[in-house]
Amino acid sequence: MAVITLTINDELVSGREGDTLLTLMREKGIEVPTLCHLDGLSPRGGCRLCLVEVQGSNRLVPACITPAQEGMSIVTHSERLIKYRRMILELLFSERNHICAVCVMNGRCELQAEAAAIGMDHVRYDYLTPQLPIDASHQRFAVDHNRCILCTRCVRVCDEVEGAHTWDVMGRGVNSRVITDLNQPWGTSKSCTSCGKCVQVCPTGALHLKGSTVAEMRKDRDFLRWILDGREKKQWILRNGGQESGR
Amino acid sequence: MPPTPTKERTPRAEKGHPSGDPRFQLIDRTLKRLQYQQDALIEVLHTAQEAFGFLAEDLLIYIARQLKLPLSWVYGVATFYHFFSLKPQGEHNCIVCMGTACYVKRAAEIVAALQAEFGVEAGHTTPDGKFTLLTARCLGSCGLAPVLVLDGEVLARETPESTVSKVRARLAGAAATNGHGASVAQPALQEVEAV
Amino acid sequence: MNRVELQAIAQRELDQRQSYRCRLLCCASTPCISSGGTAVQKAMEEAIKANGLNAEVVTVATGCMGPCSRGPMVTVQVQGQPDVIYERVTPEVAEQIVARHAVAGEPVADHVMPSNLPFFTKQTKVVLSNSGLIDPERLEDYIAVGGYSALAHVLREMTPEEVCAEISKSGLRGRGGAGYPTGLKWDLVRKAPGERKYVVANGDEGDPGAYMDRTLMESDPHRVLEGMAIAGYAVGATQGFIYVRGEYPIAAKRLEKAIRAAERRGLLGSRILESTFNFRIDIRIGAGAFVCGEETALMASIMGRRGQPVPRPPYPAQSGLWGCPTLINNVETFGCIVPIIQKGASWFASMGTAKSKGTKIFALAGKVNNTGLIEVPMGITLREIVFDIGDGIPGGRKFKAAQTGGPSGGCIPAEHLDTPVDYESLRALGSIMGSGGLIVMDDQSCMPDVAKFFMEFCMDESCGKCVPCRVGTVQMYRILQRITNGSATLRDLEILEELCEMVRDTSLCGLGQSAPNPVLSTLRYFREEYLQHIQEHRCPAGVCQMTEVPIIELVHRPIARAAAASPVAS
Repeated sequence: MAVITLTINDELVSGREGDTLLTLMREKGIEVPTLCHLDGLSPRGGCRLCLVEVQGSNRLVPACITPAQEGMSIVTHSERLIKYRRMILELLFSERNHICAVCVMNGRCELQAEAAAIGMDHVRYDYLTPQLPIDASHQRFAVDHNRCILCTRCVRVCDEVEGAHTWDVMGRGVNSRVITDLNQPWGTSKSCTSCGKCVQVCPTGALHLKGSTVAEMRKDRDFLRWILDGREKKQWILRNGGQESGR
Repeated sequence: MPPTPTKERTPRAEKGHPSGDPRFQLIDRTLKRLQYQQDALIEVLHTAQEAFGFLAEDLLIYIARQLKLPLSWVYGVATFYHFFSLKPQGEHNCIVCMGTACYVKRAAEIVAALQAEFGVEAGHTTPDGKFTLLTARCLGSCGLAPVLVLDGEVLARETPESTVSKVRARLAGAAATNGHGASVAQPALQEVEAV
Repeated sequence: MNRVELQAIAQRELDQRQSYRCRLLCCASTPCISSGGTAVQKAMEEAIKANGLNAEVVTVATGCMGPCSRGPMVTVQVQGQPDVIYERVTPEVAEQIVARHAVAGEPVADHVMPSNLPFFTKQTKVVLSNSGLIDPERLEDYIAVGGYSALAHVLREMTPEEVCAEISKSGLRGRGGAGYPTGLKWDLVRKAPGERKYVVANGDEGDPGAYMDRTLMESDPHRVLEGMAIAGYAVGATQGFIYVRGEYPIAAKRLEKAIRAAERRGLLGSRILESTFNFRIDIRIGAGAFVCGEETALMASIMGRRGQPVPRPPYPAQSGLWGCPTLINNVETFGCIVPIIQKGASWFASMGTAKSKGTKIFALAGKVNNTGLIEVPMGITLREIVFDIGDGIPGGRKFKAAQTGGPSGGCIPAEHLDTPVDYESLRALGSIMGSGGLIVMDDQSCMPDVAKFFMEFCMDESCGKCVPCRVGTVQMYRILQRITNGSATLRDLEILEELCEMVRDTSLCGLGQSAPNPVLSTLRYFREEYLQHIQEHRCPAGVCQMTEVPIIELVHRPIARAAAASPVAS
């Protein structure tokens, strides 16, 4: 694989061709906020928090999806970028009813953590306070649309890793919502395998285990690494005509 | 992430919809013409909406099965596009153009007048199922602004008063003749019989 | 079909035309049909029969003639005489036209539109040259005016490289709004590796107030098909799609008919014009989503998915439909191809300005006397369009602004009326060329209200994928709502401007990036009006109701009243 060199925040960085900017930045220990991105799932470029400046271009590019190119010069934390990130977080908080004090993920929520990290302590925009339902019809899980930020991690993990495609997004614009099957109660979904992967990847308290109370919910994403590692190394492909599983 | 379109062309074993409703034949024909390709979803939804007037739940399930697509995928597509309606439409409908040219010629006042007169929000149907009020982005007849379409008939250079009286006349006429609502599916049925 | 047969068809068709002494062309495009055009043609046919003129006079249903607000339009062609155009024809007038003009040769003076009107003389018809003169539903009519000869020429005489070079030389730029050089795009797709390639015509004309693409597809569908086939040959594609907006049933029907006719004659499909070139075209009908005008969303929609854009790169030229290199051009761009091949790149480049060549179609609408579809050379001034072609503002009112580019564009005030219309100068004014909607506004239009209208549009049409567009447009709309109902403060204006910048810089696709344009451009030229709304609680145009007051005043008022009542304070 060809090695390329680029500059990130005035520092020379080398990487492999095909690496995204985000990968290289993380290798260097440069953190930018991300919400829709999750290693192991297909990139989306929707939350716009990881935008960085590329010198010689007016356009801001999302680091999670932009491949690094030879000779690029990137700025990750300019005043403008920090301001925009803060505003985007404010918009997210204004969109639905995020009330941390009563949330199962209080203290472990990615949205909350990003807001705290950037020092976003209040929202200057109108709270849109939409009337949204909570669906607790599933035996083990519940979805609270008030806390959903439409990152679609659940949709992607369900399609790409579990292969069920129970989740998708309905409607459009600010009226979009994640749905199971034909927008029916989760518990009645016939395609759901109750694997719980969607719950584990959800960055906020929107998807959670039933029975957990304020600040109790823990999310464990190790399974993603196991599954994807296994897939990459073809660990589960049967060899020798099915006599022995490849290990 | 969307599943990649499969090349599979085998029609499913079950032929047609168990209800035997002839309108499903129209959908089957479109499915066959497009070789059951998953990319054809929007085309099939168009046919279904034309035949039935709206996309009922069992219709979406039928289409999803035929195209081998996840239910949530079909639902997501059907709700993304404004053309598709998941609820039955009123017997009469009025589409008011809200394009720029119509807007600067005060089309919003027409919508407001209709809302006040018939007690229905834009995009909704009256509780008795008689009248649906819709707005359109632009009907492309900007020279005739403000424009509206009442039961498929284009009316040009309207005022709030003239529109309200025309709609009222339509609704009164409907009460006299009765049973107008069934006509939505009629042309489609004739087409089936002709084949 | 080969070249010789093509010419034979053209000759036969022309001979047949000659056999009629008089042809009555009736406009059958959407606006004229809406104002009763079908009845007019029927009345004419009956009058012809009644007068026993079947052998001498014929009616033809044509495409758009331009002045749509004066419809239904009829053009009378008598052999050896100049064409006469009639406006506002009713069935009664139609009978008179047959009885007097067709029989006796004397025009029905009341309804004649003088041909020396600036509306006609200031226009240059290149893309619309057949529009209103041929029957869009008959392939032979198109062949008679030289149709498909450009394709025949390209297939016989030119290599794909030469076609791309010719288009580059013409200086043609994308007519969809952004103005990317067309030749360059074609060359990129031609060079892109890949066995399968696609050509897509974008006819998802979502801008409210714009209907150029619809008119072209309705009035001259074969020109678009021929342009697409030439593009297919140039880039090495064998499959094309036309994405037609769902609101345009007539355009879809005529295109469908045109494709079938062309396939029957061997002008599309396999071994076109007896060459080795194969090219199929399929129609895809949109389903009501403005964002599908964005190229990546359009491709998602063609593939039957939710019309959500994806980040670029990769550009469609490298990886588009089903991952294959895909050429996407606007319908009007494809309409420019045939004249460029027929008359040469240098002829095309001789029109227009240094960087914007050729002509552009505009849909002129709003508060202007002559509304309709016009085609003008690039570089014409807005003043000429509004006051000469458009014949000024009705009722002698004052011109206030011209809105171009729809919800992605901006408002251009009176002081810039003399700016030449091209991609760069419109951009410099904070607007864009867009697809070609041009709405004229007079002093009865309120600018914050217009900005609110467009913001509501963008909010409704946002696909919801990226946060700045999904939530940012809602917040901007809410602030504009406060400004237009009287409850805004100067702080709101500050937040609005900040949001505009952020949404413009951070949104994923063109819809979000350009959504703040109407606000930014009206703030730039009509800031005073915003301030009058906020500080003086009045709407100078008298549009906004101003029924509310800022919350802060509701708090202060009782205090002030109490203070006034108390003897101590006074």
